[in-house]
Amino acid sequence: MNTATLRQTRRPKVNLAVIAPVVALVVLVLIGIAMNPNFLSFANVTNVLARSAFIGIIAIGMTFVITSGGLDLSVGSMAAFVAGLMILVMNLLTESMGGGLPVILIGIALALFAGLAAGFINGILITRAGIEAFILTLGTMGIYRSLVTWLADGGTLSLGYEMREMYRPVYYGGIMGISWPIIVFAALAILGEIVMRHTAFGRHCAAIGSNEKVARYSSVAVLRVRLMTYVMLGLLVGIAVVMYVPRLGSASATTGLLWELEAIAAVIIGGTLLKGGFGRVWGTVVGVLILSLIGNLLNLTDFVSPYLNGAIQGVVIILAVVLQRNTGTAR
Amino acid sequence: MTRPVLALEGVTKSFGPIEILHGVDFALHPGEVHALIGENGAGKSTTMKILAGYLDPTEGQVTFGGKPTRFAGSDEAEDLGIIMIHQEFNLAEHLSVDQNVFLGREIKRGPFLDHKAMRARTAALLSQLECRVDPATPVNQLSVPDKQMVEIAKALSRQARVLIMDEPTAVLTGRETEVLFRQIERLRAEGVAILYTSHKLGEVKRIADRVTVLRDGTMIRSDRTADVTEDDMAAAMVGRELSDLFPPKAGGGADAILEVEDVSVPGVVEDASLTLNKGEVLGIGGLVGSGRTELAEAIAGLRPRSGTVRLNGQDLPPNQVAQAMRAGLAYLTEDRKGAGLLLDKTLRENLTLPLLETFGRPLIDRGREEAALDRAIDDFAIRAPERGMKVGDMSGGNQQKLLLAKTLLPDPQVVIIDEPTRGIDIGTKQQIYTLIAKLAAEGRSIIVISSEMPELIGLAGRVIVMHAGRIAGELAGDAVTEGNIVRLAMGMDDQKDSAA
Repeated sequence: MNTATLRQTRRPKVNLAVIAPVVALVVLVLIGIAMNPNFLSFANVTNVLARSAFIGIIAIGMTFVITSGGLDLSVGSMAAFVAGLMILVMNLLTESMGGGLPVILIGIALALFAGLAAGFINGILITRAGIEAFILTLGTMGIYRSLVTWLADGGTLSLGYEMREMYRPVYYGGIMGISWPIIVFAALAILGEIVMRHTAFGRHCAAIGSNEKVARYSSVAVLRVRLMTYVMLGLLVGIAVVMYVPRLGSASATTGLLWELEAIAAVIIGGTLLKGGFGRVWGTVVGVLILSLIGNLLNLTDFVSPYLNGAIQGVVIILAVVLQRNTGTAR
Repeated sequence: MTRPVLALEGVTKSFGPIEILHGVDFALHPGEVHALIGENGAGKSTTMKILAGYLDPTEGQVTFGGKPTRFAGSDEAEDLGIIMIHQEFNLAEHLSVDQNVFLGREIKRGPFLDHKAMRARTAALLSQLECRVDPATPVNQLSVPDKQMVEIAKALSRQARVLIMDEPTAVLTGRETEVLFRQIERLRAEGVAILYTSHKLGEVKRIADRVTVLRDGTMIRSDRTADVTEDDMAAAMVGRELSDLFPPKAGGGADAILEVEDVSVPGVVEDASLTLNKGEVLGIGGLVGSGRTELAEAIAGLRPRSGTVRLNGQDLPPNQVAQAMRAGLAYLTEDRKGAGLLLDKTLRENLTLPLLETFGRPLIDRGREEAALDRAIDDFAIRAPERGMKVGDMSGGNQQKLLLAKTLLPDPQVVIIDEPTRGIDIGTKQQIYTLIAKLAAEGRSIIVISSEMPELIGLAGRVIVMHAGRIAGELAGDAVTEGNIVRLAMGMDDQKDSAA
């Protein structure tokens, strides 16, 4: 063996694409501290994290879909539809069963199953019928949004008072002041990072996104892995809904509006390649935090109008993609 | 001697801390075909890219018409008439042939495109190249050789003073190569300076006036082609005498291990049957497009097919590549970059991709992966400047060795190798031939598909030749000759005399 050619000549290079999201997050935190002393208060931090949890949980699944070269635009509508369905069924069961814990458990099971099924439908149509992911999920996005509007008859579906009181702790409760959505988000993020980085499934996702033909020729079950990414994303949407419904106890045509874009934005800001082939879950978590911190900062200060939230988020997304492109072609 | 039109003087090129070229002097003269040869990674591509303005030299200078020049980019070089034909196609796949030929230099009539003129010009260029492609065809519908012809047509459409060709014949058949040579001769007569690279030394000997050998970024020698033999060139490239290129052939047993019966792939392969014996090297020849690759992919479970494939008496279902692999059959693709390797991933991630599950479940054991890579680097003599580098940054020869390592990782009994040495230097070729012989000696059975006759004759004891989707015939022992293979491949009658 020619050891001279094999020595690790790893230059101490700082990869801008890797650290950029972290730097941005740190800068945002510093700005926050400078602007408002309450920024680092326990209440504010947990508030930001809890609000990030819904998008965050969905964005974890989106990371896998995008890494394998796919896309899912339907997750926001899907969340609204699953939430509407869950509330509707729980209200019906309250009438027939008289409420209680079983109704909540059935509601949760239903939400998880409905998310899973919706993801499966997306995945099976994309992989077996060979419909472009963008087009198909654009279609299902419209379908789910319209279904929830129809279920709510154009208005709002609200959980019955008794059920709402009983279910509340799932959003507002927690361990040592840390609410359940934060705990679930953190646990899923860690799990997601491990799956992405250290399992055959995660590696296969990246291989398919990098070059589907190579993956197929390497006997990777391309269609099954693709399908699994959508099923997983659907299930995570279900989990997000389980966390979300106790917050307001209602669902309407505007529930989950633009969640898909926020989730996709978080994934991209985090350094996952939009065209697939490389993804990282921890980056997505950083991306989610950046997006919600921007909103939080604007609310805490009167320096910039909160109405400009979307504009600033937009600039961040564009910057993230520009950074990605520059580092991608630098060599 | 005429004054050189384009030259390098003492050119050095470094990428980061690694110096790739060491003080290269190289000159292109008008009306001369100058061949640049060397092993993969010797620095040919870098030299060509500096000449064509894609890269700047780190030290030394480029002179154009005798004056030191620094190109701002390849565009500026092109404006001066320096045209490069890349080995990888630079074609817009969804545009038509004529749109590609005139891309960026469209002929206009007022503010509008003059489609008719461009189409007519393209048709004229293609007929010069004896390429029967309709200019209106989208490029993604063309075969690989036709795409190469379109690239050449594109280069011819410009008023080239210097034409740089990076292995133009790697994907061409013999007939197309002849056509290309006639065009090269015409351009030479018109006073164009031509740089030509190829791993096929016979071609170099035939077409080039002057040949320069690069080895490890250093110019080894530069001679008039008439003064050197092919053996001299090969020896200068490798830096040692190349004894026999092919190892002695092993016999192979009489027990069939792979039986293929009446396999058809709609439109490309019809009723192909063959038997592969244990420990045997079987060759499959035929022209590009004769269905060789499609037959192999059908056997390997990569394509829908009819007919039966039995491995060790066990039926392999169609289109189940994972099952075929588990049963002990592996296929090495001819399309190294498109279907073989993930160019933006590291060596390790590429090597273990087909067998990831065996490196630990549910979590992959990184240590075992690294150990497997260590073994592969040793066994296959893979040379990578950096262990963590992307595969796309490695030389073609090392990529091919990695692809071999990856294909052989599942320890298959039957290996189908499609174009084992396409675009690879002679030193690496010899290593791969030795490896194939070693695999057969270990009792594995091998099918080699190749467009290079000497490869088939040198490696295989038995050769099957395909023509137009059918198996045209089988040759064994002394009947395996270039003439016989060509005759079958061209679909000629058996009793006709030799075509070679």
